[in-house]
Amino acid sequence: MSCLQTIADYGLRSIGIGERLLPRSDFTLCQQFTLIGSGMIWNIYFGVMALAAGFFLATVLALGKGSRHRIARKPAEWFIFIFRGSPLFIQFFFAYFTFLSLKGVSPVFDPFTAAWLGALIVLFFNTSAYTGEIFHGALKSIPKGDLEAADAYGLSGWARFRRITFPTMLRLAWPAYTNEAIFLFHATTLVFFSGFPAWQQRGDALYYAKFFADKTFNPFVPYPILAFYFILLTLAVIALYGFANRYLNRHLPQEARRRLRIRLNLIR
Amino acid sequence: MFEFCTDPASLEGLSWLACYLTTGKHMAFYASFGTVLLLLAVILPTSLLFGFAGASAARSRFWPLSILGKTYSAIVRGVPDIAFFLFFVIALDQAFEYVRHRALCPDWSEPVRQGNDFVVCTAAKLPLSTSPAWMHDAYAFFLAVLTFAIVYGAFAAQVLYGAMRAVPRAQIETAEAYGMSHAQAFWRILVPQMWIYALPGLGNLWMIMVKATPLLFLLGIQDIVYWARDLGGTKQARFTDYPHGDWRMYYFGALLVFYLTLTWVSEKVLDRLTRRLSHGQATAAGEAMRRAGA
Amino acid sequence: MNKLILTAASLALVASTAMAQDVVRMGTEGAYPPWNYLDDDGNIAGFERDLGDELCARAELTCEWVVNDWDSIIPNLVSGNYDTIIAGMSITPERAEVIAFTQEYTPPDPSAYIALTDDVDLAGGVVAAQTGTIQAAFVADQGWTLVEFATPEETISAVRSGEADAVLADKSYLEPIAAEDDGLVLLAREEQIGGGVGMGLRQSDDELRETFDAVIGEMKCDGSLNALIEKWDVASTFGDC
Repeated sequence: MSCLQTIADYGLRSIGIGERLLPRSDFTLCQQFTLIGSGMIWNIYFGVMALAAGFFLATVLALGKGSRHRIARKPAEWFIFIFRGSPLFIQFFFAYFTFLSLKGVSPVFDPFTAAWLGALIVLFFNTSAYTGEIFHGALKSIPKGDLEAADAYGLSGWARFRRITFPTMLRLAWPAYTNEAIFLFHATTLVFFSGFPAWQQRGDALYYAKFFADKTFNPFVPYPILAFYFILLTLAVIALYGFANRYLNRHLPQEARRRLRIRLNLIR
Repeated sequence: MFEFCTDPASLEGLSWLACYLTTGKHMAFYASFGTVLLLLAVILPTSLLFGFAGASAARSRFWPLSILGKTYSAIVRGVPDIAFFLFFVIALDQAFEYVRHRALCPDWSEPVRQGNDFVVCTAAKLPLSTSPAWMHDAYAFFLAVLTFAIVYGAFAAQVLYGAMRAVPRAQIETAEAYGMSHAQAFWRILVPQMWIYALPGLGNLWMIMVKATPLLFLLGIQDIVYWARDLGGTKQARFTDYPHGDWRMYYFGALLVFYLTLTWVSEKVLDRLTRRLSHGQATAAGEAMRRAGA
Repeated sequence: MNKLILTAASLALVASTAMAQDVVRMGTEGAYPPWNYLDDDGNIAGFERDLGDELCARAELTCEWVVNDWDSIIPNLVSGNYDTIIAGMSITPERAEVIAFTQEYTPPDPSAYIALTDDVDLAGGVVAAQTGTIQAAFVADQGWTLVEFATPEETISAVRSGEADAVLADKSYLEPIAAEDDGLVLLAREEQIGGGVGMGLRQSDDELRETFDAVIGEMKCDGSLNALIEKWDVASTFGDC
């Protein structure tokens, strides 16, 4: 069987298109690359969806944590503490258990025990908490002068938030947010590893890597392939976020922009 | 443990629970909390060492070394930690045994790779097959530490690299003006000052390491997750004196409390450390402290 | 009489190799009752513990037990971290390509289904299995809806919660569960998948394999193996040898 044929058969296997049965003997390198790559669809889906949704909740949480009102501050603080303070591994366990019990209450909750929704919610909450903390830190370090200038221009309330506070917060938080995005993509490998069941042998990249390691009894091929895909993914994330970073800082003079870029620091 | 525990089937309520919670297996479970904390305590300095080596290499003026340092940090950070954990231990073990094999058994004629097998001479085995069980445990512990340190050292390298660059250039220039050599300026000026810039990143790295410890069981360590899974699973009367249903909820709940407490304590310690380290530094916080003191 | 002398001779042979071998490390999973599990004191127990200790005693070997995760149990054996796998491992052609097996110490036993009621429609329902097991591959082959969980424990709770309609697993694992839980029943239908269970060794370790092979054969013939199988209720017994 040629490699192109393998790609046609298994390229979309992780979402249920193509061959129904997984290969069972004579595992070729091509099969391993194709199936593990096919699994990456799930990692990207979880990562992108959780990041997109988490961005908004994170902003709300950051504002909540910085709020002067207890009613807004306490829930945000606790949410961030619980999701940042516990391993994702354990969050998945409790989430699956909770969704399973909710299922008994009403059929509305049926899809929640499936990974595509249930695991997504956990990852969404998780990244919201981490990003919320990063945004909160950025909010606190907005230069006082910027806000005073906004006052002087007569900006207040929503207008001030939209035109001054929010863009500055994003600009300051962006390097740390890039790291959070990378970590989140890595965290998606835990979904089928420990949290949620895999239906019809449709899983993520790690699921298939494990499948091959299991069948060939040789961990030295599939896991490096998985690593290779993730390095590509990480590079793509860095490129995309770098692009956004340049956009956010486009008004700064050249010298200041360069300084921002090298300050990319690990914050999570 | 207690004397009344000889016939658990006749016990009820609290006394049953007292006996149940003091079985040998539970003791191992409690001890594994210590193992995890000990591992963390060992891993932190080890990864800092790896990180420091990586960052120094990346800063090196000798370009192959610089490339090496940067590649190490970039590649390891680009890959999920779990992918490393799944094959690193075996790889490291084989690497060590291979080196020892070459050194200790030069007359060995058979190949090391025999089909699927990895065979080294008896003297090169790590630990030796005659070693007591605790040596095997210690070796597994060592491999786990090393794996963690390699993976998180890459993150530490990035943090320290950034911190070294964050130390104001004027500080180094002043040192050079005083006639210090490159190495002197590095060790006497740069290294003592970089920690305050590295601290936020290192603090986060610590939190990440804490939350990666549930993966320790992949490295062959019987850690808290291993025992929680085993103890929490349904137990039939045939295989235990204390049969019970699916109690994983309670055990994982205990783990949750453990991790939240650890995070809470870490945050407090980090806060204090930041204040301590800011003292006398050329940063805004250090300046504020100087003014308050004056 | 002749046979007896032969046995004695082979025993002497065994004893001499045992000297050279010093400690034999036995790798097991410790999470699969009644085959192997950790008892209340945290020691390895079960059918294979009894069997392994008896085999070592007969072969006059010093044995040491090691617990290892199922997923990496074969890579760790070929890498030399222990010398045998004795963990309820079925002899399959795929595994036999990578490691060597002794003769089987339990005959092939069927896999069984456990469910809430005995009239489950397997083809139209959802069948749960542990990830990466022969049972999971079997369900996938049938074209039924397969749902895979990381541990056997989770497959059972999936049936209890209605997430899956049935679990396909080794009969010896499901039997004690069905016996103690009134809500769960074993289906009449069974599947003959997988071979007998044998001890796994490195392919380069011929001597040790022959040693264990000989003592297993011996235990088969004198009835002590059958007695152990019955004691732990892990499989059907062997016929006369």
